[in-house]
Amino acid sequence: MCDHCGCGGEGTGYSLINPAESDHKHEHTHSDSHTHEHPHEHHHEHPHGHQHTHEHTFTGNRILIETDVLQKNNLLAQRNKGYFEAKNILALNLVSSPGSGKTTVLELTLANLPGQRVYVVEGDQQTTLDADRIHAAGAPVIQINTGNGCHLDAEMISKAVRTLNPDNDSLLLIENVGNLVCPALFDLGEQYRVVIMSVTEGEDKPLKYPNMFQSAHLCLINKTDLLPYVDFQTDKFIRYAQKINPSLQFLQLSAKTGEGFGQWIEWIREKQP
Amino acid sequence: MHEFSIVQSIAEIALETARNNGAGQISSVEVEVGQSAGVVRDAMEFAWEAAGRGTLLEGASLVLKEIPLVVRCRNCQKTFHPDELFDPCPACGDINPEIISGKELRVVAIEVKYK
Repeated sequence: MCDHCGCGGEGTGYSLINPAESDHKHEHTHSDSHTHEHPHEHHHEHPHGHQHTHEHTFTGNRILIETDVLQKNNLLAQRNKGYFEAKNILALNLVSSPGSGKTTVLELTLANLPGQRVYVVEGDQQTTLDADRIHAAGAPVIQINTGNGCHLDAEMISKAVRTLNPDNDSLLLIENVGNLVCPALFDLGEQYRVVIMSVTEGEDKPLKYPNMFQSAHLCLINKTDLLPYVDFQTDKFIRYAQKINPSLQFLQLSAKTGEGFGQWIEWIREKQP
Repeated sequence: MHEFSIVQSIAEIALETARNNGAGQISSVEVEVGQSAGVVRDAMEFAWEAAGRGTLLEGASLVLKEIPLVVRCRNCQKTFHPDELFDPCPACGDINPEIISGKELRVVAIEVKYK
């Protein structure tokens, strides 16, 4: 039984929820296409319960593999990328610490893109709170609950996108799990990675979490309305981030007041192929 | 802790290779981990036992080989070993290195036993 939603199937460990469906069915959780091996089918006789440390000199055989550990994710990410390109969809992967204001940025982005078809994928460990907010804002949205997982991966996005079935020429906004570490390693097939940083965080975040800032294309500096009340030095932050990633672009905005949103909307419009 | 899913991917790659080769048990899995690959060794070792339980990997050792970070300065072409990804070039002080090695996350080989 799946220990995340208790629905009796062999679990993928995460669940997809569409807030537009009132009963919150987990109908996509256990698609037949998942490729995990089930741990019980290859059980073998092992009566001693110890490692046979002396045996491998005699019976050991080395098989060369030379395979990238993330190869499976990267291949799936390339498939997602091809799908987005074929449908002329601009896909953005939004990453940040918890509480940087990702969902509020998304809400205001939706409000500032009238007439543009926008789809949202929400990643959180638990709850549909974020997806409910996006649903209320009027965009088709799929919530991925990763259970114990700390990041979205390409397989989750592939399934979520199949469920959303986005129109051609649309915008897909993927809100990753709030975490500056793990999502950095997992390509989802997005064209651009956007890291959101709020001025209530320390300027030294890029130095502490270099992988995330290194892999991003754009950095949104959010909550600028709070600048008079906090010690955040924007120049210092930008200097640190550029140390890690000299080509990183920066936009300053406040999802609370809407200040600076014009440049962000313009950035999206420029990138839409 | 993304190391758990990384370790699961390692386990899948190892198990598939072992099955394709008709092996009866896997005794060790050798993985190259770059200094700047973004994973924590201890966390991988912690996840390893759980990932292999009940499979051909049960009892197998995870051998992690660290690959040092080597970069080349894009300004003066000097090759050096920084402690951190963004250390300035010791020759010219420029900070825009091209990574030569240190981002690896690769299953190199497995050692198996046949029944």
